[in-house]
This record gives sequence, structure tokens and C-alpha cells, in this order.
Amino acid sequence: MDLLPPLLIGCAAGFSGDRTDAAGPVVDTLIARLGKRPAAGSAFLIFETLAERTLALAQLRRRADPQAGYEPLLDDMLRPVLARCLQYGIRIVSNFGAANPHGAARHIAAMAGELGLRVPRIAVVVGDDVSGERHAGLLASHLEPGCDATHIVSANAYLGAEQIGAALDAGAEVVVCGRVADPSLTVGPAMSYFGWRADDWDRLGRATMVGHLLECGAQVCGGYFADPGYKDVPGLDRVGFPIAQVDADGNCIIGKSDGTGGCVTEATVKEQLLYEVHDPARYVTPDVVADISAASIRLVARDQIQITGVRGHPRPEDYKVNVCLEGGWLAEGEISYAGPRAEARARLAADVLRKRLDGMPIRVDLIGRLSVFGDDGGELLAGIRPGAGEDIRLRVAAHSPTRWQAQRLTQEVTALYCCGPAGGGGIRTALTPRLNTVSCLLPRSAVPARFEMVAGHG
Amino acid sequence: MAELVVPLFRVAHARTGDKGDRANISLIAWDPAFYAPIVDQVTPEVVARRFGHRRPSGVRRYLLPNLAALNFVLDAVLDGGVNEALNLDAHGKTLSYLLLGLDIRVPACLGPKLAGPG
Repeated sequence: MDLLPPLLIGCAAGFSGDRTDAAGPVVDTLIARLGKRPAAGSAFLIFETLAERTLALAQLRRRADPQAGYEPLLDDMLRPVLARCLQYGIRIVSNFGAANPHGAARHIAAMAGELGLRVPRIAVVVGDDVSGERHAGLLASHLEPGCDATHIVSANAYLGAEQIGAALDAGAEVVVCGRVADPSLTVGPAMSYFGWRADDWDRLGRATMVGHLLECGAQVCGGYFADPGYKDVPGLDRVGFPIAQVDADGNCIIGKSDGTGGCVTEATVKEQLLYEVHDPARYVTPDVVADISAASIRLVARDQIQITGVRGHPRPEDYKVNVCLEGGWLAEGEISYAGPRAEARARLAADVLRKRLDGMPIRVDLIGRLSVFGDDGGELLAGIRPGAGEDIRLRVAAHSPTRWQAQRLTQEVTALYCCGPAGGGGIRTALTPRLNTVSCLLPRSAVPARFEMVAGHG
Repeated sequence: MAELVVPLFRVAHARTGDKGDRANISLIAWDPAFYAPIVDQVTPEVVARRFGHRRPSGVRRYLLPNLAALNFVLDAVLDGGVNEALNLDAHGKTLSYLLLGLDIRVPACLGPKLAGPG
């Protein structure tokens, strides 16, 4: 099988809410590169749209509407490219199924019909949702003491690449997942295409890091990187999304879609390689423990970086499960002061709020002086001498178990209009329900991961 | 040997990631020649002090000489993380620039390799 052409995987979304016009240039580039050789199922398009709490929000939407609960931007992301993907044999793998993979699959089948296309073979990967009755006892026994299981909004195991690979082996052209580990969206296609075994640790480790580089979309192509004068990025307003070319050993060259802005350099790749990594020798996924401690990178052409030296170690025994629980309310309020003595007036407003909200611990920020670098306890702010800031936005925030308690803060901020210091303006307040996430481990045998072919038979 | 004292952002770039109440900050030398002074001076103790007001319960440092990079892992530094923190930036995404504000000493002969306009 060493005559197989390299595998091409493009990524067109790095989170729920990413740009919906990203996929077009990625698909165009995949088609251009396929043009020089037989397709043979060697190109994939992935969308990564599930952050830690995205799934809990999706679960809440599904409770309100049984047809909902998958990625709200699914249609905007996929419709512009579905016809070309089917025409050129570019298969699609994504976790945009969120809390309702079957709903997403129905949507895609309907979309194909509306576009006058044949309905593609669509598989859904299921089994990640362990929030039901069947797992309640097991989950409660695996959660930390003090975690109230009655407040569970969602509980999902991070599945791996095996079910994705199996669905592709069975002929799926679109694979819709809920919660899977982000890199598995890349490892699944690689396992299927190259026929790797599930214990081929070094190759799985390399493909996992390819997936890691792709999974945040533009973040490896100059997105989230630019710093004028230090890290200049051309055409950031039309930054390209990444495409990896993977060989049969899992080594890769990472590049980006043609005709777009951004850049792929040693610096952009290094930042993304280490993004959200703790011990570089132990990057743990359900598929493998990847090891980048001896990884090397090399510029091979403009916007083309080669990664080598990644290794892999046996995968963990258990699945990691992410549990989201109802977590009370976040109350926030802001008001601006400008001109002479603005900072002094903002500080006086903060004092008024502290006295009025006696017993409610509040965080205070003086935006324009010190905010995000500070700490909730206010230690850093307390160490800064009052200054002569002339454009200061006071922000206060607090956490409360109930909505009506949280409302005390927003009401007191609003009252600053007539009862606070002079010249305050631009008040905004917000009350937001919070979700707490905790994680636990469940044995693989307790999580019935599988795929189902749901559309496009025959 | 003559030395220059410069802000860390002239010798390295950085990106923050978060998982729960734990942040990691990569610190990547602009030139391999800067790697040794960074390893010598940007120690876990120095980083723990820089983030002292966030009361990290632990700071670990991992070295990646092939990449001329370091990875810092700061435990319990996000005021509870995105679940509980009251910070506008509950993920701690801005914190790479708090690290990059440290000063570092480099041999004067490396001056031409410094990044940025100064």
C-alpha cells in the first residue's frame, strides 16, 4: 500500500461561531491538489465546533426543541461546499452533531435534496451521551463528592477515532459526531485511509498532533498570532484555514488554503503545537498518548511546515467524561467615566457599590487602568496607586446562586445614573446563567460507542 | 561580557491555553540563541512570582530544545477558570502578555537578533 498518495485534510472551523466562509477556499484548494492525481478517497474536510461547554448549551436547546441541539451554523458552513465535496469525493467529518447528531444528519440529507444533489451516505457516531437514566448511578459514583448529580445538564464521553474510521470503512461520505476528542476528527480519516491498527501508537500519535494543529482552524495560519511590529501577518482579514498533507507514517506538512491571507511559519506552528498542551511527552486522547518532546519542525516551502519526530504511547484505559452542571448566575455591570478625575470618580462608584452590596463579594475592574490581568480578590488592583486615568470603564461582577440575588448587583449599577458620582454614562448590565464543568473517568466498557449509517443507502 | 536588559517579548513569543482552572503558556524563542538565557532566567520560580496575585498552587516548566521553546503549566491560576472566575477573560487568554512583560538579560552581541522596533 506504499503507493497510496498522501492524505489531504482541510479544516474549515475551529470552534462554534467560527467564520462560515472559511470552507470555500479550503475545498477549492483540495480540489486543485487532487487534480493532479486520482482522488481515491484521499481528501477530507473537517469542522471542529465543540468547546467544553458548547455541548451543554446544545443540550439546553434540544430540551427546548427536540429537532435542535446540533451546531446552529451547520447550514451556513456546509451549504456552500456540499456539492463540490460530493462531486470530487471529498469526505466530511465533524463534531457538529453536538447534542443531536441524528438531527444534524437529517439536516444534511435535506440540504442535499434542496441543492438537487443525491443524498450522501451519512453516518452518525453515537454513544458519547451518558446523561441518561442508564448511566446515572455509574456517573454519580464516579463524580467527586459534593457534585450534585441532580443538576446535570449534559454528560458526554470523549470518544476516539475508531468509530469514525469504521464508519468511513463502511462507505460513509459524511460522518457526524457529537463529543469526540478534537484530534480524532483527523485520526479517524487517517486510520481508515492508511489502514492503521488501533495500537499503532507512533502513527496514531503523529496523526493526533496533525489533528491538534488543524483543530483550531486559522490559529495555525496566522490567526490569533498577529502583533504589529513583532508578529506581522499579511491579510489577516481574510486569513486562510489549514490543510495538512499526511504521509503513511503520519508525518505531515501543514499549509493553508490558496489565495487567502495569513501565513504558516515556524512561529505560528510552534504556538499551535503547544496550545493547551501540558506535559509535552503526554498529550492524552482516547486514541493514544502523543509525545512531542522530541518533535522538530522545518520550513519546506512558503507557507509549508513539516513536522517530524512525534511519537505515541498506549492509550488510556478509560474514557474521559465531561459533565456540565447548572452553576448559578453571573451578574455584571459597567459604567464609563471620562475627562478630568475620571479614575477618581470610577473608584468612588466602586466604593458606593461595595457598601450598597454589603455581604456580596464583588470583583472590580477599572478598564483602561487594570482589568483582565487582575485577580478576583482585587489584590493586584489594591497595589496600584490611584492615578489620573481620563477614560475609565468601571466593571463589577459577582456570582450568585439565584437570579434574584444576582439582580441586586445589576440594580445597584443602574442606580448609579442618579445616585452615583458625576458624569457616569453608558451603563450596561447582564445576568447570565452559568454552567460548571467537571470531569470524571468511565471504563470503556460502560460507554457504548458505535456508528449508525442513517442516510444515502445504496 | 556586555549585556542588554530587554523585555521578554523582544526575544520570545507566547500563547496561552486553558483547561479548567489550569493555564499553559508556551514561550518560544525568536532565535535559538535566545533559548539558553530564557532557560536560565525564566524559571518556574520567576513565573510563579509574576503571577503571584493569582496564587498559583504550582508552576511546572517543560523544555523543548528542538523547538527552542518552553511550556509553563500554572495550576489554579484562573480564579476557578471559565466555570467560576469573574474575570472578563475567564479563560486567561490574555496572560501570555503578562509573562512577556518580564525583563531578561541577553548578551549584547545578540542585539541584532532582537525582535521588533524596541
